[in-house]
Amino acid sequence: MLARSSRRSFQRLFDQVGPVDQIGIEERVAKYGTRSIKKGAKLWGLKTAVSMVDLTTLEGKDTPGKVASLCQKALRPHDDPAVPQVAAVCVYPAMVRHARRALGSDTAVRIASVATAFPSGQAPLKTRLAEVKAAVADGADEIDMVINRGAFLAGEFGLMQDEIAAVVAACGSATLKVILEVSELETYDNIRAASFLAMRVIRPGDFIKTSTGKTSLNATLGNNQVMLEAIRDFYLDSGIPIAMKPAGGIRTAKQSLTFLIAVKETLGDAWLNNARYRFGASSLLNDLLRQLEKESTGAYQAPYYFSEAAESY
Amino acid sequence: MSRLPITKTPKVYVGGAFIRSESARVYPLKDAAGEFYANIPQCTRKDLRNAVEAAAKAGPGWAKRTAYNRGQILYRLAEMIEARGGEMSAALVLGGAKPAAAAREVTASVDRLIYYAGWTDKYEQVLGNVNPVAAPYFNFTVTEPMGIVGVIAPDSTPLLALISLVAPAITSGNTVVALASTTQPYPAILLGEMLATSDLPGGVVNILTGFRKEMISTFATHTHLRALGGVVNADERKALALGAADSVKRTHLLKTEDKPDWFADTAQSVYAIRDTLEFKTTWHPIGA
Amino acid sequence: MPALTAAKKSPRPAARPGRSAPELIFGDLWEFDPAPETADPKLKPRYDLFINGQFVAPKGGKYFDSINPANEQKLAEIALATPADVDAAYAAAQRAYDGVWGKMPGRERAKYLFRIARLLQDRAREFAVAETLDGGKPIKESRDFDVPMAAAHFFYHAGWADKLDYVAPGRSVAPLGVVGQVIPWNFPLLMCAWKIAPALAMGNTVVLKPAETTSITALKLAEIFQDAGLPPGVVNFVTGAGGVGAAVMNHPTPAKIAFTGSTEVGKIIMRGLAGTDKKMTMELGGKAANIVFDDAPLDQAVEGIVNGIFFNQGHVCCAGSRLLVQESVAEKVLAKLKNRIRTLRVGDPMDKNTDIGAINSREQLDRITKLVAAGVKEGNEMFQAACKLPAKGFYFRPTIFSGVSMSSRVAREEIFGPVLSVLTFRTVDEAIEKANNTAYGLSAGVWTDKGSRILKMSTELKAGVVWANTYNKFDPTSPFGGYKESGFGREGGRQGLLDYCKLV
Repeated sequence: MLARSSRRSFQRLFDQVGPVDQIGIEERVAKYGTRSIKKGAKLWGLKTAVSMVDLTTLEGKDTPGKVASLCQKALRPHDDPAVPQVAAVCVYPAMVRHARRALGSDTAVRIASVATAFPSGQAPLKTRLAEVKAAVADGADEIDMVINRGAFLAGEFGLMQDEIAAVVAACGSATLKVILEVSELETYDNIRAASFLAMRVIRPGDFIKTSTGKTSLNATLGNNQVMLEAIRDFYLDSGIPIAMKPAGGIRTAKQSLTFLIAVKETLGDAWLNNARYRFGASSLLNDLLRQLEKESTGAYQAPYYFSEAAESY
Repeated sequence: MSRLPITKTPKVYVGGAFIRSESARVYPLKDAAGEFYANIPQCTRKDLRNAVEAAAKAGPGWAKRTAYNRGQILYRLAEMIEARGGEMSAALVLGGAKPAAAAREVTASVDRLIYYAGWTDKYEQVLGNVNPVAAPYFNFTVTEPMGIVGVIAPDSTPLLALISLVAPAITSGNTVVALASTTQPYPAILLGEMLATSDLPGGVVNILTGFRKEMISTFATHTHLRALGGVVNADERKALALGAADSVKRTHLLKTEDKPDWFADTAQSVYAIRDTLEFKTTWHPIGA
Repeated sequence: MPALTAAKKSPRPAARPGRSAPELIFGDLWEFDPAPETADPKLKPRYDLFINGQFVAPKGGKYFDSINPANEQKLAEIALATPADVDAAYAAAQRAYDGVWGKMPGRERAKYLFRIARLLQDRAREFAVAETLDGGKPIKESRDFDVPMAAAHFFYHAGWADKLDYVAPGRSVAPLGVVGQVIPWNFPLLMCAWKIAPALAMGNTVVLKPAETTSITALKLAEIFQDAGLPPGVVNFVTGAGGVGAAVMNHPTPAKIAFTGSTEVGKIIMRGLAGTDKKMTMELGGKAANIVFDDAPLDQAVEGIVNGIFFNQGHVCCAGSRLLVQESVAEKVLAKLKNRIRTLRVGDPMDKNTDIGAINSREQLDRITKLVAAGVKEGNEMFQAACKLPAKGFYFRPTIFSGVSMSSRVAREEIFGPVLSVLTFRTVDEAIEKANNTAYGLSAGVWTDKGSRILKMSTELKAGVVWANTYNKFDPTSPFGGYKESGFGREGGRQGLLDYCKLV
């Protein structure tokens, strides 16, 4: 009975939002990779990418000290004042107050926190909402939540949406980012459908986000494109602009520029800013700085010139 | 004072790496004059097991390569052997071949690889079908590689025979675990070095050296080997067939006593590729 | 049992008067800097004829200019062949066939073709730049499609040369002898490969005439033939305009004629050969229908429509120049298509970011301009992308005519440019009827999520190639060629080889 009903609900949803052809969309995004970004355009792209980074640390071994030094990096990624601050730091809820202390209250760098029993979401709703409220109370400007993938895959779309709506309410004025965890949805059809379900219950300026970064497959150009196209179709239909955050797996400056080209050619200029597009990443920032330094000095840079570098070789 | 040359340590090529036997055993290889030449790894059934693991890991990626890409890689392997043909000839001479015969065996081996390089994107067009079923269905038969193929190479024309047994299997995307000739292992050792520089992914072809009697039963019973090819005697044939029966393994074994002529035109064929293929038929309705 | 709660619909805001519909901004916030390809095409100032393995001056001593259609500057001088040169080319081809190539074991012929494939791969970027300079196509297409695909054709056919026993089950095959070939200007190098590789694999020798405006890469390919040690006379290139083409087609020597070009010229050649016993293959024009059903993956369909008509500036015989879209999604598809076209970059073909390059010649630009004017006059609604065009050179904006009827000229005539005509249909039968209502039958596209409908459409469509949920895909293993007045014979795959042999 349940199985048949969930099949029907999937059918209705797919009929509304339309299918995605895997080969077709992957051929489309491969073309972004052949774009050649030079000189001024490259500088603009690199700086814009820096301004879009949600500088992230999500490890069991995180400490207030680690978070404080991450915050310093976020405020001043590079000695060159022309290099912008990043968009946000992204930490676990327990680290929010430490981040707030490090950043102070008078800063453009926002604090994002992964609440809702990140990354699995497998806690009672009450617990998840309490976590959201606590993070906001501690000073979080943005909440990154995970959807109930089990509910989605079982066809219980109403349940999935009700939970998102409850988190929206718990956020108060904080911005919400809804993580679809694309690798667990598996197909592009599912990613598109889940994007629409989420967009219908969040607010203008809230985000949909690809991944937690904690599974085998994270942001790819393919799933980024599916979500950008969903945002575009939703916007043209309703007038509501939803923002986008690919997360996990974007490590190089070149990758981030390719993602930005996808934004430019799918959603246009209005999404080329950090209110509408973010990168969830930890090692990306240093590669962006390396490439910016290379553009200004003409010399390729060793990674150990940059603080917080993961590579020491 | 004359310079003492550096001698090469023979190692077998497994999973894209050059290794000694896990048993740390070797057996001496003598040249045609009976002088010591080098120590050859005496591989064991555990080495065979490890090689099968390596082949299993490489298999899906190799089978998913485009046919065009597999063809170019086989061609690249031929380029590598042709360029080092003198060295390979010397390895055959070491085993007792006359220089002219050795050179002929090397060029025939290269040509054999070129032949199969050309088949990668064609055998499907020869062996596959669209089937005109008597109903509104589009029905077609395509081939798929079987998986991991075991190869047991003979002692005569050890290079040409080994390549003639390995090439058709990997043409379609199978991976191979091969046991080289016991008495003439050195060409197979060299072949491993050429495989390593041919763009062929590690693990697609794994070559062991050692004694048949220590490995035949594992070739027979290892259930992950999906097919066996080679040249074996009557006892070995029976042992392999019995073991194969347990996991319904496909066997295409030639008889040692028939003395197969690997130079003959019939030694290469699309049907050698077919020996390690499965056939899959799909039905799909035609209607608006 | 958990209760199923209903999914929420989109909170569509009530339309407020005076509030314009949401739009996307594809502006210049992030304008790309020029990204010119800088590899040296290694052009010679003058290209002679390639006959009997040598570059030789034309007997008439005359040359014509080959210009870069992107800026109208001269690239090189090309020899103008005389009938005597054509005779010499055929004599060399006949000698090579009788003396060497026709008798050579397939195994050895294969090795030459493999060599050619590898040498072409080695010099891929150089050839891509030469192709783009000479023909106007974007460097990303010559780099990512034309040149690698040409090499792939040599590689594929090389492998057949020693496997000809498998080409014709139950029969043996033999080469025909000397083959005369004439190719068009839209894929100059790739058409060379399509024509030469199967002919040579089968054991034939060749006299080929490239198109007048795009001879350079053929003559660079001749350099590769020399480097590969291909025996003299196996391939001969004679260059010039239609007159030279006629001499190649009507010469008594060739046992077979292969032509790719317009249906109009194809018919003239067929008349000229009437009464001879020569074999022929004709790859002619098209007016392909690209059919989009309402259940299709629409964004990928839009991508396929764009690829179908704007690939190579629409200079493609199998271009999806007629878009047939199901009425229920017509508005949506057109809106998506217009947004997509706004992000196409038209301009300098040598810029790595250029999507649509230069029209191949002034003559072709005039023809496109004239047909588009006719389309406007007929009252079709026209949309053109608002992109900037370079001041010099031959360019044409991506153009869409919507609300087109079947009788309209832009729906019936091959425009061979970046011009799409959009028609609508309601049912499967209507789509089939409209798609087949043409004298052409080269290719078609079908977009639907329903598998059985794809097979129904491919069964009913009278076209030599049917692309389902994709468009403009090519492969050496995949036979290509037309139905009806789009020609006969196939290129690629086993079927293509059969057109270059006789059964014995």
